[in-house]
Amino acid sequence: MLNEWLYLGIFLTIALAIPAAALFIAGLLSPKKPNPIKDSTYECGMETVGVSWVQFKVQYYIYGLVFLVFDVETVLLYPWAVAYNKVALYGVLEVILFVAILASGLLYVWRKGALEWV
Amino acid sequence: MTGMQILFLITSAVVLFSSIMSVTAKRMIHSALWFVLALLGVAVVFAMLEASFFAVVQVLVYVGAIAILIIFATMLTRRALEDKGDQFNRATLVTLVIVSIIFAGLVVSLKSWAPLQNLTSPLSAEQLNVGVLGLALTAPDGFTLPFEVTSILLLAALIGAIYVAYERKEKKK
Amino acid sequence: MNFIYDPVPWVINWLTQLLLGWGLPINLVNTLLYLVGAVLICLGAMLFTTMLIWAERKIGGRFQDRLGPNRVGPWGIFQSIADMLKIFTKEYINPVGIDKIPFNLAPILAVAAVLAIWAVIPFSETVFGANINVALLFIIAIGGLGEMAIILAGFGSNNKYALLGAFRAVAQLISYEVPMVIVLLIPVMFSGSMGLNEIVQAQKIPFIIYAPVACVIFFICSIAENGRAPFDLIEADSELVAGYNIEYSGLKFGMFFVADFLHAFTSAIVFTTIFLGGWQGPGVEQMPVLGGAYMLIKTLVVYFLMLAIRFTLPRFRIDQMMALNWKILTPLALVTLLVTALVDKSIPHEMTLVRIGALVIVNVLLWLLADRMITAYRKRNPIQVVTGKARPLARPEILPVVEKEAAQ
Repeated sequence: MLNEWLYLGIFLTIALAIPAAALFIAGLLSPKKPNPIKDSTYECGMETVGVSWVQFKVQYYIYGLVFLVFDVETVLLYPWAVAYNKVALYGVLEVILFVAILASGLLYVWRKGALEWV
Repeated sequence: MTGMQILFLITSAVVLFSSIMSVTAKRMIHSALWFVLALLGVAVVFAMLEASFFAVVQVLVYVGAIAILIIFATMLTRRALEDKGDQFNRATLVTLVIVSIIFAGLVVSLKSWAPLQNLTSPLSAEQLNVGVLGLALTAPDGFTLPFEVTSILLLAALIGAIYVAYERKEKKK
Repeated sequence: MNFIYDPVPWVINWLTQLLLGWGLPINLVNTLLYLVGAVLICLGAMLFTTMLIWAERKIGGRFQDRLGPNRVGPWGIFQSIADMLKIFTKEYINPVGIDKIPFNLAPILAVAAVLAIWAVIPFSETVFGANINVALLFIIAIGGLGEMAIILAGFGSNNKYALLGAFRAVAQLISYEVPMVIVLLIPVMFSGSMGLNEIVQAQKIPFIIYAPVACVIFFICSIAENGRAPFDLIEADSELVAGYNIEYSGLKFGMFFVADFLHAFTSAIVFTTIFLGGWQGPGVEQMPVLGGAYMLIKTLVVYFLMLAIRFTLPRFRIDQMMALNWKILTPLALVTLLVTALVDKSIPHEMTLVRIGALVIVNVLLWLLADRMITAYRKRNPIQVVTGKARPLARPEILPVVEKEAAQ
């Protein structure tokens, strides 16, 4: 098992190194002639107005939140799915209860109108 | 020193450094990004302990969900991204002293804890199977009640957070 | 072990013997071989991307009644290579006010997050990368790094539109991860493992037959995760300038491009592995190298299907896209999971045919039910058609008759 993780670690390092190397080589090959107009922020083609880090609406946060709850829920279900062939019907009913409780949460969010993109 | 130990030292150094940076960084989003690096380091430690499931869950839940939620939350705050304020105040020194005392106490009490004295044996292939965890969670004589309570806890978190975050909208109607 | 029947393990074996013969310790030899394998796969995948870009442009051209690339080499096959050489010599423009480290890290991370998936894919019975027992979750988790790359790009660019594009992209990606993670429980249930090798080995009959609804949900979600049409709001150039990568130039932009095209192909591979039986096919026991060929053929079919969808369907609006995810796919995925678990548990596994029949019937019923509910919902809430004022036309006679009547 540890060998597999070693391979994965090496692979991840290489996967980071190859694009980095490509970017580095391209940086050597490419011309460097900056000037103030070229280096100004493109934005949408106009002059930038105000600061770039604007405040966002709460909708993104709500999606993030619902996603987080469902992500944690599903991660808890994965060990059960691996053991599925060994669990009795009782285990399945238990998971149905587990999911039903959370589905009611989804229903609440839905009814509240928090899932609408406005 | 084996390769494992060197790797562990490097990872721990990265985790510690990025944790400190995440506390002291001036801009909130930089803190969040350093925090992500610290979480990734912890995932590597899990992988080295052969806890595959927890290594992956660490990345999936913490980096993939919680960190993104934190970044979304920083974007909700007004002008926090350009905040150049001082990261330390008068309480910093006092807190540092208290935390050091607690940490020293932890180290001392852990040193006398029996399971830390001898090395644990490597897990067998059977124990590494994630299914064991699943069976324990859902078997009638296992952890059924905690499993279901988790679901209720998650539900409470969801409803509570939506209630707090969404109140403003309802008033408008 | 014979070279023709199974070339890759033969070469690995030969190399191991050779290096051991030089007196190197076995651990070092293994590490070296891992390194060589990783470099070969990563480089191969990235160079293969040039072919993918060519294929996509050519097929897209044919779908839209154009020629596509046709100048460089036969059928324009070297077009992407010429493009690649050109982009290597393009200047990097660093706009003022960028956050240097996130800005430069983002393109690297975007490619690495896609490449990392190749580490766990079993290409044939004997050729596979890391056989970790949580490979399925690893694929999902590594997608989180891709999201992080988008956030880094949007935030590092010092550009309101890039930031807005990045956040919309991440909102889309995390939303579609929910039904995807839920339906992936179904193959795990059937195979009793999260390792991709075990999942493929369990698919003597591909899982698409056991769980067609889950398969369709997964397919839709993987298109959305790629940010391909009809879910290409990530790159909605009519609304967001060009999305999160607007300030990038030269190869830094090219890296996002590579990540995008490679991700499409990679998700076709993942779909093949999880639902179409990967390398399974007739005669793979005798000749494992056939498995690689089966895998390639299946992947190309799935990839072609993705391209067909991309070049045929128009784009969703963002509220429609979110509604599709949270109000249709997520509830449907949850119900599919529970019903599949219940039906599968109540039928003994020895009665294979009955089991498959029951699962197929249940899935068809689920699909019909979902369709019914959507239709009923649409009837209650009809889509509002918003039209502007009728404008005077320069040449009204060229309009088709129907439209002319509508205008009157």
